This record gives sequence, C-alpha cells and structure tokens, in this order.
Amino acid sequence: MDSTPFRQSPEVTRCEGGLARVSRAGLTLLVAALVALFLLFVTLPVASLFLRISPEAFLRSLAEPVVLDALSLSLATATLSTAIVVVFGTPLALVNARHDYPGRAIVDTLTDLPIVLPPAVAGIALLMAFGRRGVVGQYLDHVGINTAFTTVAVILAQVFVASPFYIRQARASFEAVDRLYEDAARTLGASPMTVALRVTIPLAWGGLISGAILSFARALGEFGATIMFAGNFQGRTQTMPLAIYTTMQGDLDAAISLAIILVAISFGVIASVKIMTRRSF
Amino acid sequence: MLSVHAVRHLRDFALDVTLSVRQGETLVLIGENGAGKSTVLNLISGILTPDAGEIVLGERTLYSGEEGIDVPAESRKIGHLFQSYALFPHMTVFENVAFGLRCRKVPRPEIAFAVANQLRAMNLADLSDVNVGRLSGGQRQRVALARALVLDPDILLLDEPLAAVDMRAQAAMRTELRDRIRSAGIPCIVVTHNLRDALELADRLCLLEEGRVVADGAPEEVLGMRENGFIASFAGR
Repeated sequence: MDSTPFRQSPEVTRCEGGLARVSRAGLTLLVAALVALFLLFVTLPVASLFLRISPEAFLRSLAEPVVLDALSLSLATATLSTAIVVVFGTPLALVNARHDYPGRAIVDTLTDLPIVLPPAVAGIALLMAFGRRGVVGQYLDHVGINTAFTTVAVILAQVFVASPFYIRQARASFEAVDRLYEDAARTLGASPMTVALRVTIPLAWGGLISGAILSFARALGEFGATIMFAGNFQGRTQTMPLAIYTTMQGDLDAAISLAIILVAISFGVIASVKIMTRRSF
Repeated sequence: MLSVHAVRHLRDFALDVTLSVRQGETLVLIGENGAGKSTVLNLISGILTPDAGEIVLGERTLYSGEEGIDVPAESRKIGHLFQSYALFPHMTVFENVAFGLRCRKVPRPEIAFAVANQLRAMNLADLSDVNVGRLSGGQRQRVALARALVLDPDILLLDEPLAAVDMRAQAAMRTELRDRIRSAGIPCIVVTHNLRDALELADRLCLLEEGRVVADGAPEEVLGMRENGFIASFAGR
C-alpha cells in the first residue's frame, strides 16, 4: 500500500499532492467497505446453517432414512454422471482442442449450451425427448425401456447440466499442452492414441481432474431438471437438493443437516480444484 | 542416404527444397531466421506434410506426392531433436529414454537393458531416476540424444542442438556431439546459427534463403561466398 512518491509524475505531486492523498484514502475505505459487506453477505447465510442446528440434532438427522437415502443416491448418481461426462467429454475436448474441422464452432456452442440454459428448460426438454411420449422415449417405451421418473433420469439430467463444466476445462487444459511434446512423441514412434494417453492427457491431468470435480459438484447440486424429468421419489430420484426442498416443509433439522453436508462437499471441491490447478506442469 | 525434394506453401513464401545426405555424412543447414530450416526438418520427420515432392530414406519412400505415399511420423524411424529438446516433463530421464521402446512394445527386461546401456554411454547413468526438470542444458541435450539414439534411427535431425547449452560447456558438448554422430554412422542434418557448429560438425554446408537452397557444398567453399550477405555476416563474426 505504501506509495512511492518519486515515481509519480511531477505535475501530479506538485498541484494535487494533498487532495490526491485524501481522495485515495477515501477510495481505499470505500472499496474495503464494499468488499467487507459482500463477504459478509456470502458467508453469513452459510454460517447461519451451522448456528441454527445443534451438533446433536445434526448427528440425529444423519440417521434419518430420508437423509441417508438422499445422501447415498446423490453420491452414486453424481459419481456415475461424472464418469459418463469424462468418457464422452474427453475425446470431444481433445479433438476440439487439436483439430480444426468444419462445424467445430457449432459443436463448441452446443456443448456450452447447458450452462446458459435454465434447468427448468433442461428438465422439460429431457422430458420431451425421453419421456414416455417423447421424441425418442416413445420408441424406447415400445421395447420396454422407460427412463423418465427413474434413477436413470436423475443421471441423464445431471450429465446434461454438468457436462460443459468438464468439457470446457478439459479443452482449455489440452490447449495448454505444448504441441512440441506431441510432435516429439510421434517421431519416437507413438501412434496418435499413444500420444493422447501417454503425453497429452498426463500433461493436462491437473486441469482434467479439476474439471471433473467441478462437473461432479454441479451434478450434486442439480435440482430443476431433476425434479421435472425424474420426479421426487425418496430412494429412487430424491437427491440431496430435492430432499432439502421436501424436508424443509416438515423436518427442518433434516433439511439443514443435508445442507451442511453439501456445504462441506462444496468446500472440499473448491480446495481440491485450487490444489489441482496449482500443481500442474 | 536421404534424398529430399519438398514443396510447401508457407505464410510468406513457398518452400521448395532439394537436398540429399549420404550415409554417414553430416549436412549443416544455415540461413536467416524464418528461412525454413526447421520446416525442412519437420517435413522430413513427418510432423509437417509437403504439398508436393518426394522424400526417400535408403530403400524407403517416406513421402511421394505423385504416388500418394505419406508414411506417418511414428513409422519413419527418424531421430528428431527439437531446439528445446521437448523432454517429457512428467517423466524421469529413464522414462524419457524408454518412451520409444515402450511404443514399440519391446519386452520390459530388454527396455531396462537397452536404456541402461544408452544412459551409460551418454554419461547419464546417475541421473536415471531424476525428473528431467532438474537437468542442466547439456544434460537435457544428452537425454534427448539418448532418447533418439536408443531407437537406432536411420537418420538424425538436430535443430540447434547446442543452443540451450551453457556457453562454457558448448565447446566440449560440440566435440562430444560430433563423436556421437560419427559413431552412429548414419546421415545427419544439423540446423544451426553458430559458425563453430558449422565448422566442427559439417561435412557439407547448405544455405537456405526464403525456402530455397542457394548454396550447397564443402564448408570452406560455401563460407567463401562472401558476396552473399548472410555468409558475410555468418562467417565474418
């Protein structure tokens, strides 16, 4: 914060020395107040969760079936949907990072679309596609496959909304890998597949993991698309956000306990992403 | 024996190069920055594809525009050293040198044996388990050379092989490099900006200007062309 007066241009120091100092102090104070107010606004609600429930009540709620069901369903579906996103998203991100082809910009835009699409729109869109009368769903229904309002629908909704978070990050990490390493690997006899598996992916590893973690976090928090496309059935489609919504009308302790678990996971996500992106090559 | 005729349109000019290197001969490529020297190496090793021409190495046609042949880089058996060496930063010295053998699915014990031998020959045995990020310029150069030579390439392409080596170590590394090229007994193309590299390494010297070979001959012959602006400044230093 200490200013170095001799670096300022002479005109400024000569005619406005005192005034400039006063207005700079005022500005510093204003910015500090804005920052403090904003931080308070963000942290106070989160802190309130912890203040509104006793540790005993929290532990008691953890044994409630509705909480346990939601927790295990959420962890299972978010893990599975993240795995699906990684399997489909990695080749897509790698191809778009390394190759130019007609329509690449369109593919990029389409993969980004779920980020800006309201979840309710995603939910009804999925229903129109895969619901029993849906564009694809009506044919699936003929062969006895019904996805809407099942656990599969939960996963589909999560994949839909969470995929851009991984794909964007993966693409950026692949672009950051110097092509020289890939060229060197090829002259040493590596096929394009080997180059990807042994050079490009390991060098982009930190970014890929943090992308997968972000995608997992988004899947875990999915609410709108899930409740519309998968419904709200305990043990089958009632993930943690849905369980919070349901239990807060009766058992507030259970809702707060679920929220606290999600807060803890969110902190874990932020911390691990920070660590992963710091120690990349 | 390598013979190259390659045409490729670059941003500022069309590269159109014809050159050949005999078995055991070292050709040194000189020329201004951006004259296309590194591009020539990339065309030979298959990282870039010519628009037309023909590249023949020994009995093998690596590229032929007319016949539609384009052997992929991974099958060309060419040792290509990049200017910055491009050692894989996520691997140890051992893993870097073993990389090409692993790609060829060589059995593990054979890889361990071949890599250990190569590292010993390059005075790198002590550094086998060191991550390449901790090496000096000279050590990196030797690892890159070991990584290429362990595969018994049919030709070596060296892009500014000594540019990242300490000034103090350069003279010794240059002599060492010359001996290693000689003992490998394969054709070699060296790109350099350094007169000493040219004098010590070259059997033949080749001057590239805007993508064309404008002089090709014995070093003293080419360096004697003082009417050429580049040669005058290159040899005059």
